[in-house]
Amino acid sequence: MDFSFNEEQTLIQRQVAQFIQRDYEWEKRQALAKSELGFSSENWKIFADLGWLGISLSEESGGFGGSALETMIIMEEFGKGLVVEPFLETIVLCAGLIDSCGNKDQKSEILKKVISGEMHLALGFVEPQSRFNLADVITEAKKKGDGFVLNGFKSVVMNGPSANNIIISARISGKQSEEEGISLFVVDPKLEGVSLRNYPTVDGRRASEITLENVDVSSSCLLAEEGKGFKELEKAIDSATLAICAEAIGAMEVLYKTTVEYTKIRKQFGQAIGKFQVLQHRMVDMFMEYEQSKSLLYMATIKQAEKAEDSKKAISGLKYQVGKAAKFIGQQAVQLHGGMGVTDELNVGHFFKRLTTIITIFGNTDYHLKRYSQL
Amino acid sequence: MDLVFSQEDLDFQEEIRSFLTSEYPLDIKERQDNRLPFEPEDVIKWQKILAKKGWFAINWPKKNGGTDWSPTKKYILQNELAVANTPIIIPFGVSMCGPVVYTFGTDTQKRQHLPGILNSDVWWCQGYSEPGSGSDLASLQTKAKLQGDNYIVNGTKSWTTLAQHADWIFCLVRTETTNIKQEGISFLLLDMKSPGVEVKPIITIDGSHEVNTVHFDNVKVPTENLVGVEGQGWKIAKFLLRHERTGIAGIAALKRELKRLKEICANVILGEGSLLDDPSYRRKLEAAEIELKATEFTELRTLSQISSGGAPGPESSILKIKGTELQQTISELFIEMLAYYSHPFFNETELGSNEAVGPDYAGAAMPHYLNFRKVSIYGGSNEIQRNVIAKAILGL
Repeated sequence: MDFSFNEEQTLIQRQVAQFIQRDYEWEKRQALAKSELGFSSENWKIFADLGWLGISLSEESGGFGGSALETMIIMEEFGKGLVVEPFLETIVLCAGLIDSCGNKDQKSEILKKVISGEMHLALGFVEPQSRFNLADVITEAKKKGDGFVLNGFKSVVMNGPSANNIIISARISGKQSEEEGISLFVVDPKLEGVSLRNYPTVDGRRASEITLENVDVSSSCLLAEEGKGFKELEKAIDSATLAICAEAIGAMEVLYKTTVEYTKIRKQFGQAIGKFQVLQHRMVDMFMEYEQSKSLLYMATIKQAEKAEDSKKAISGLKYQVGKAAKFIGQQAVQLHGGMGVTDELNVGHFFKRLTTIITIFGNTDYHLKRYSQL
Repeated sequence: MDLVFSQEDLDFQEEIRSFLTSEYPLDIKERQDNRLPFEPEDVIKWQKILAKKGWFAINWPKKNGGTDWSPTKKYILQNELAVANTPIIIPFGVSMCGPVVYTFGTDTQKRQHLPGILNSDVWWCQGYSEPGSGSDLASLQTKAKLQGDNYIVNGTKSWTTLAQHADWIFCLVRTETTNIKQEGISFLLLDMKSPGVEVKPIITIDGSHEVNTVHFDNVKVPTENLVGVEGQGWKIAKFLLRHERTGIAGIAALKRELKRLKEICANVILGEGSLLDDPSYRRKLEAAEIELKATEFTELRTLSQISSGGAPGPESSILKIKGTELQQTISELFIEMLAYYSHPFFNETELGSNEAVGPDYAGAAMPHYLNFRKVSIYGGSNEIQRNVIAKAILGL
């Protein structure tokens, strides 16, 4: 048994950590979150140049053939810097999906550009009624000549505003919540009939509401086998769930450590507030929630990298724990910082906000606990 | 107090309901029902309507312009107003400064300040916390030095709620440095238009401008604005903190919000049914409802123990803790109900828009959740409240 990283992985970790420390100061991050685009194109170029964008993609697609471990390492470090660049959406979620089930042309056309940093992607998998059920798809696809025509609505599509291609789940047959009959399409948002309403989200990122009205797409836009998209979609969401948990754990580490440091400095009643036992125990609980989350992250990531049979269940167990820990650590970090914790000025509130959205994204604790018990 | 309202109580309830139908302005009601950001004009207008009816300073003694009502009668009015979701009363004047002035003030101070509070013509704010004095309020450092007929005030107050609208501020200041920090504190009334007062906004994580930092740079305050005896300010501060803690539970508003949440949940489609059919979510809703019932009756028991106009004891700390925990729980259940639709976010101070994405009730939920992290911090943090209970009730 070995929980240490190999030489290459250690190198990547150092590289990403260094980038966060040197080039991702808090003020810069805040300015990016408030900018029109919501992130930095220059940073994205750096990610591409350093090879991070293709690290976990297959060699066949032009990547470096890494695994979930490399993704985990990058995402955990990104979590510490509260990175707003859409690595999760473009790379983990969408490029991963195309890498897994795209045809040769799709891989060469799309992934090449993604890896070089020239293309952004988004995944429309949520509908107003669907909550966390990936199979609950009303958006429909109908055959028309050689291609398809799409109609429907996708909500809160993360990274929608910057995406050059948006992968849409649409129903080609079957009833509303059936897994069978769901197809995935790569849709250019510039196509006629596609309209986006873009907006910021509470974590400083960007998303879109997407309406599809009689959108004609060619058969080459179909991803995976017709009507068999669900399994691929679920796999991609599972990989992204692992990645977002790694990000959360990076963010939690910053929050619990920042809180501990603050309570050593902040004095009330003639002593550092960290001397009060009730606060000490609270921080010990924060620390333990973080450690427990990290343990499940390692377990689930190793299982995923080894393609273990029970990796789905491990991921749901992890997301449940991370949701619980993110809520506790986030809320208590704010509480222990007192009034300062609720200010826009301090980074604590922003870490709290990202952890709050992570609790929901790809399914909250109730959803994953239920999924865990059913798997 | 028994569980049944008397015929007189029921008649009063009816009277309030018909008053609300005829007197609650529709434009304010619409903004309130849509959970739009707070408008000071709405609050002032509404407070004046209540005052005209004699239903504003209900906790004050009759001789000062109040009511001498029984706790039951006050409870009924507050409950009906909350159910109707009327604007919340700004407490700094009517619930805080007013009682201090009529309890500890001179006749001149009463004549000068009480009418302005009763008629909502003067907006007050509270100068208590400082950057270095939060939970440990008595360590405050804002200095007031006697110079002829004036105090010269220097220092900084923080987290001053709605100071940007305030005409006056009531302040705890240090008039003397002594070995015991609670001594040497005085209670001053200060005109915000005085030269040397500067208000700077603090933007909070929900993107709103609610609290401020207030700087005093050699501000001249006439000695007649001292309330009570110099150096006895801590006694007044403690009196006031207890007043602050009772209103803080906000039971009726909690009942209204929980009811609203349930109604919305019944319409949130989940598979074949609604979110109410989801056992794990449902359980959390019901648990909140039970906790709320318990808190409501804890409040009623507390109310029945105190005579009209009297200040409650340390029991009010229970209400502060339980009330604020419930406020936070319900705000959490709202964002959980919304799932992804809790994420779109329009920062009030930067983007000037709060147009909802998704269902029309979605927009206000996340800002509310974030903003309400404050409730377990302000008014004496919940950790401090537990200390109060441990010490004053359990004798530990």
